[in-house]
Amino acid sequence: MATEEAIAAHGPTPGDYIVHHLTHLNSLGGRQTAIVDWTVFNFDTLFYSLALGLLTVFLLARVARRATSGVPGRFQAAVEIVVEMVSDQAKGIIHHAESRLFVAPLALTIFIWIFLMNAMDLLPVDLLPRIWQGIYGASGGDPEHAYQRVVATADLNATLGMSIGVLLICLWYNVKIKGFGGWVHELFSAPFGKHWALAPINFAMQIIEFAAKTISHGMRLFGNMYAGELLFMLIALMGGAWVADSGMTGPLLWLGQIVAGVIWAIFHILIITLQAFIFMMLTLVYIGQAHESH
Amino acid sequence: MNLNSTLYAQIVVFFILAWFTMRFVWPPIVKALDERAKKIADGLAAADRGKQELELASKRSAEALRTGKEKSAELLAQTEKRVAQIIEEAKAQARVEADRVIAGAKAEIEQETLRAREGLRDQVAALAVAGAEKILRREIDARAHAELLSAIKQDM
Repeated sequence: MATEEAIAAHGPTPGDYIVHHLTHLNSLGGRQTAIVDWTVFNFDTLFYSLALGLLTVFLLARVARRATSGVPGRFQAAVEIVVEMVSDQAKGIIHHAESRLFVAPLALTIFIWIFLMNAMDLLPVDLLPRIWQGIYGASGGDPEHAYQRVVATADLNATLGMSIGVLLICLWYNVKIKGFGGWVHELFSAPFGKHWALAPINFAMQIIEFAAKTISHGMRLFGNMYAGELLFMLIALMGGAWVADSGMTGPLLWLGQIVAGVIWAIFHILIITLQAFIFMMLTLVYIGQAHESH
Repeated sequence: MNLNSTLYAQIVVFFILAWFTMRFVWPPIVKALDERAKKIADGLAAADRGKQELELASKRSAEALRTGKEKSAELLAQTEKRVAQIIEEAKAQARVEADRVIAGAKAEIEQETLRAREGLRDQVAALAVAGAEKILRREIDARAHAELLSAIKQDM
């Protein structure tokens, strides 16, 4: 291809760089062009989400196994702070003690897992992809086709997967708390009231509500992390432009990358925590709503 | 933003992680937290109880000190009284004893006096008889005049 020859000759153009970094390591071996293609798997998302998920439960299980009611260690105290926070939020939103036995641990898992996946954004944007390129190249592959995205939450599949998981839990609690008949009755009689003429409208509204909740839930996290990742790439490009420019602006651009990278990374600490918290809170709120009858 | 089967895998992972946390992570941590909260509450209650007990004990000890002082003062007074009494008794006894000794001595002196007078009387009588003997020489028979001589002795 012409672009690949150009890359070989002059290094990647900014566009190539961005596209390369936004391409998943998937079962296609290249960029997925179809919006939806159920035959494809994103190996990088699976790997990083699974690895960080296992890290989450491993760390938590370690604390849980050694948990003492005496003087806690620093790590236990740190986990306890998060557990207390999640527990308080769950108690404030879900007034069903038996449901909390599952929902509160769920919220804790979501919070820490998403936080860790988001935190991958703070690694240098080229670090893991470059290492992967080295491995892929050393094992005989073409380094130009070694794709890697390390932020699992910047993949819509991951975030929508989790929000659909939350939706399934909401449906389960709807049926569990209200009974199947009661829930179906609610689907057709709320929010506008019980009347045969209003039933279709009620049902449509309920479906829209569920869909909107779930999609916005997943999209919000995805959008934030995707934009954050993109911005890190653009900042990296700014420094990379030094190579192309041999004049005075080159060092300034390099300095610009440091300043902008620091500012954005510090700001991103807030974003990754906030987005993890928001996802957790919305999970609690949606499950809480499933417990309320109209 | 392309959708693919990663989505399903993610749902499955999501549920497994949630289940794991529910099963193995949450209960021990929450249990430890509850236990610690209970320990702290118990500790605070125990501290309160200790404080109250201390207060009570100090009150009791003050009371004991007070009664002890009172008792010792009472005892002291009693002792003083008793001592005074013993002294009085001893004095009285001494006086009686002294009186008795004095009386005995007086009686003895009287007896002594009496005995001395008796002896003197005998000696005077003997002296008188000797004198009379010297005067009368043979004329007086001591045996024949014993009656007379004793009469003279009585008169002296």
